[in-house]
Amino acid sequence: MGLDSALTIAQPELLLAAAALGLLVVGAFTGRLSMTLVSWGAMAALGGAAVLAATGPLGSAFRGAFVSDGASVFAKVIIYAASGVAVFLGERWLTRVGNAKFEYPVLILLAALGMGMMVSAGDLISLYIGIELQSLALYVLCAFQRDDARASEAGLKYFVLGALSSGLLLYGASLIYGFAGSTRFSDIAGAVHGPASMGIVFGLVFLICGLAFKVSAAPFHMWTPDVYEGAPTPVTALLAAAPKVAAMVLFARVLSQAFPHDIPQWSQVVTAIALISVTVGALGGLVQKNLKRLLAYSSIANIGYALLGLASGSEAGLQAMLMFLVLYVIDVTGFFACLLALSRGGKPMETLPSLAGLVRLRPGLAIAITILSLSVLGLPPLSGFWAKFYVFKAAVSTHGMEPAAVYGLVMSVAAAFYYLRIIKTMWFDPPEGATDAPPLDARLVALGSAAFSFPLVIPALAVLDPLALAAAKAFGLA
Amino acid sequence: MSHILSLTTFAPIIGVLAILLLRLVAGKNGEEAAGRASLWVALSTTLATFALSVLMLANFDAHATGFQFTEDAPWFSVIHYAMGVDGISVLFVLLTTFLMPICILASWSSIKTRLVEYLIAFLVLETLMIGVFTSLDLVLFYVFFEFGLIPMFLIIGVWGGKNRVYAAYKFFLYTLLGSVLMLAAILSMTMIAHTTSIPALMQFHFAPELQIIFFLAFFASFAVKMPMWPVHTWLPDAHVEAPTAGSVILAGVLLKMGGYGFLRFSLPMFPQAATYFTPMIFALSAIAIVYTSLVAFRQTDMKKLIAYSSVAHMGFVTMGIFSGTLQGVQGAVFQMLSHGVISGALFLCVGVIYDRMHTREIAFYGGLADKMPWYAATFLLFTMGNVGLPGTSGFVGEILTMTGVYGSPSTAGTWTALVSASGVILSAVYALTLYKRVMYGNVTNPKLSGILDLDTREVAIFAPLIVSALALGVYPHLVFSFTDASVASLVTVWRAAVGG
Repeated sequence: MGLDSALTIAQPELLLAAAALGLLVVGAFTGRLSMTLVSWGAMAALGGAAVLAATGPLGSAFRGAFVSDGASVFAKVIIYAASGVAVFLGERWLTRVGNAKFEYPVLILLAALGMGMMVSAGDLISLYIGIELQSLALYVLCAFQRDDARASEAGLKYFVLGALSSGLLLYGASLIYGFAGSTRFSDIAGAVHGPASMGIVFGLVFLICGLAFKVSAAPFHMWTPDVYEGAPTPVTALLAAAPKVAAMVLFARVLSQAFPHDIPQWSQVVTAIALISVTVGALGGLVQKNLKRLLAYSSIANIGYALLGLASGSEAGLQAMLMFLVLYVIDVTGFFACLLALSRGGKPMETLPSLAGLVRLRPGLAIAITILSLSVLGLPPLSGFWAKFYVFKAAVSTHGMEPAAVYGLVMSVAAAFYYLRIIKTMWFDPPEGATDAPPLDARLVALGSAAFSFPLVIPALAVLDPLALAAAKAFGLA
Repeated sequence: MSHILSLTTFAPIIGVLAILLLRLVAGKNGEEAAGRASLWVALSTTLATFALSVLMLANFDAHATGFQFTEDAPWFSVIHYAMGVDGISVLFVLLTTFLMPICILASWSSIKTRLVEYLIAFLVLETLMIGVFTSLDLVLFYVFFEFGLIPMFLIIGVWGGKNRVYAAYKFFLYTLLGSVLMLAAILSMTMIAHTTSIPALMQFHFAPELQIIFFLAFFASFAVKMPMWPVHTWLPDAHVEAPTAGSVILAGVLLKMGGYGFLRFSLPMFPQAATYFTPMIFALSAIAIVYTSLVAFRQTDMKKLIAYSSVAHMGFVTMGIFSGTLQGVQGAVFQMLSHGVISGALFLCVGVIYDRMHTREIAFYGGLADKMPWYAATFLLFTMGNVGLPGTSGFVGEILTMTGVYGSPSTAGTWTALVSASGVILSAVYALTLYKRVMYGNVTNPKLSGILDLDTREVAIFAPLIVSALALGVYPHLVFSFTDASVASLVTVWRAAVGG
């Protein structure tokens, strides 16, 4: 394949890289206007990249190191959209808190570029490059409020633990390379016939551990609550959404394309991680008072459900995982937008008791939070229910996974308690005093997400279902 | 007529939109005025919905088996938007739409805060309840069934009594836990049968060992909803804390979803398992009848007493359903409808004096018969209905279920019928004691000296309930003419499937 056709396959990434570098220059020379200009430029670039990804050619480039297929396109559109929303929310928010530095949108562009690489990786090396590009940008973003001790702590903690997980991942990758003789997924799959050797299995487990860190699945979740709490809220909104999609799709691609003959081996590891995550997320959230920490535990539980889809090791399971990710990302972005929209006396309302009686004070936002909570709780007919619906449908139809599915469902009832507590606080408790007028941008995103959760999801399902199925076919599992 | 089911189901949503519009027009300070106006909107919406369901009933062909007024449109994957009613569900739709205007009237002056939200919650709940009885797709059914938790959670939690938060959580989590197990079974059935259509699944034969698992999963959900002993403990709490209209809906319709579920899913889809578990159901029902009757006798709170008596009466329903005889199932359906009217009316009776005195303590009252003769007569009628006096609708259901269970092919039937017959006596014990303590004797509490009898609004609430309780008691054929064909085919198919 020639270089130019290889480059057309990587069009979205090229656009993002060029935009990031170009906007850096623009920002340096535009003074006070820089934040606005660079942010809108970044959003335009992300939008353009999403269009390029959706309309561009499919295929593989650079000797299979970079793949563009149904799954990568599906993931990229979500990732770029979620990143765009994070730029939008962050631009207004940082301006309000007086920290309008134009590096913010540029860093998000670089993170989005890394995430695009991740979902398109067809080789252990491009996998690692993607992960690191994404992670480094996110470390900086977490510590973006550099005068805030908690933000710096979050950034540092994320960095140290992230580096550790990258080490695990690299060690696993090197073992796999050593035993399979190649870094390309398809070659690894070709080299492993029959039962995998001990070295491959070891490498695979290390690789899974490293990736589990990136998706914040238990027992590798320790960083999540602290980072979610400390990072600026728009960054948390990004962290909880796009990188999860990227890492999960990458996870699915490595396992299904490099180890398609070892499904029973990796399926049990992934199931174990999924069930531990679901448990930790459900029980850990019960005692949280800070909403961002609570959402961190919620995201751990939800990644558990997404992993349950992956663990099914079937096309239906991967479709379930993709459906779950789309629907979850919309919910969680809306949730953080609600947090961004709520403040009292200039201070963000981040604790559960501060939401008391919100339905009397801010009915629109309170109803949005109610819808989103119920959706993440998994009550029909809200979008979160359909996300779980797909996952559990795949799980119960996989031989041997029925108990895991039932366990996951029961744990979702335990987690229901803390979502109900949010609703109880807003609806049943007396209000505490006026809140500030919510900013338009955050309110727009919050209400939009809630409106998608219900009722727009009802017609949207008929569209998403075949798209996710087509994307899942790209992984090549039966 | 082709879309009458969708129209009936979603008619209350039109009322919701109208109320929202009213609220918007009224502006920031118009909450009070919007609330009063919304009451009229809600009342006319529920009356219109009732009219629609009567129209549907009038066009219903009672001699045909199978589903009527069916609608079917693909949604996504294998799931369809499918609706339809048979002789059983059409009556539950009618029960729902019948009780709803009464609930709105009962809330007319007792709800003081956040009236707009209250009415919206009730109208949404009505749509969901009708949807449960009309959906012919398993997943659609689950959506309606489960979504109903949210408005009820809010109704108990926002407008309930002192301990409302605890009761609301308990109601929600209990029911949710039961339902997720049912969801697991639903998903598994979908994957095996490749369809979510209820009529198709009724024809589908699941392997007997799968039936056992699916039956238990559905049982977990319906037994909680019913509620059956020993998973009934959420009900007294929910009833006591809920506002009057909430209790009426809870006892009148929500509990019936459990029984409806058994009839619609457990019997036709898992016939072997249903036969296998019949002795267990009989035992649980008999325990429920005797035990909760005794518990009811010891209550000091009127609503709690009626709540426990509901559990006992639902025991008759479950044993009737699983008797496998025509009389038993007919009796169970009848008992559900009759209990919907009678227990709803009893909760309304408690609501009448609660609105005046703000307490439900039995000891607080006494001698009300002198002060409130019309009220005393009304309460007496429904107490007798609750006891199962011949001539009231309560009698027909109890006698038929007991006859049915006595004739059940299961050997446990005789004993169950015997034990449950004692429940009839026990219900007389607690119900008449309650009546004596509240109504008879002298007025000893000085606070009661100025208590007023029923006003016009309350008469309007009770009149239709009195008429239906008596009409059904004297002429039960009103119900059977609709259910005969459907119940007969249900029982025949079940008997045929288990070779009995």
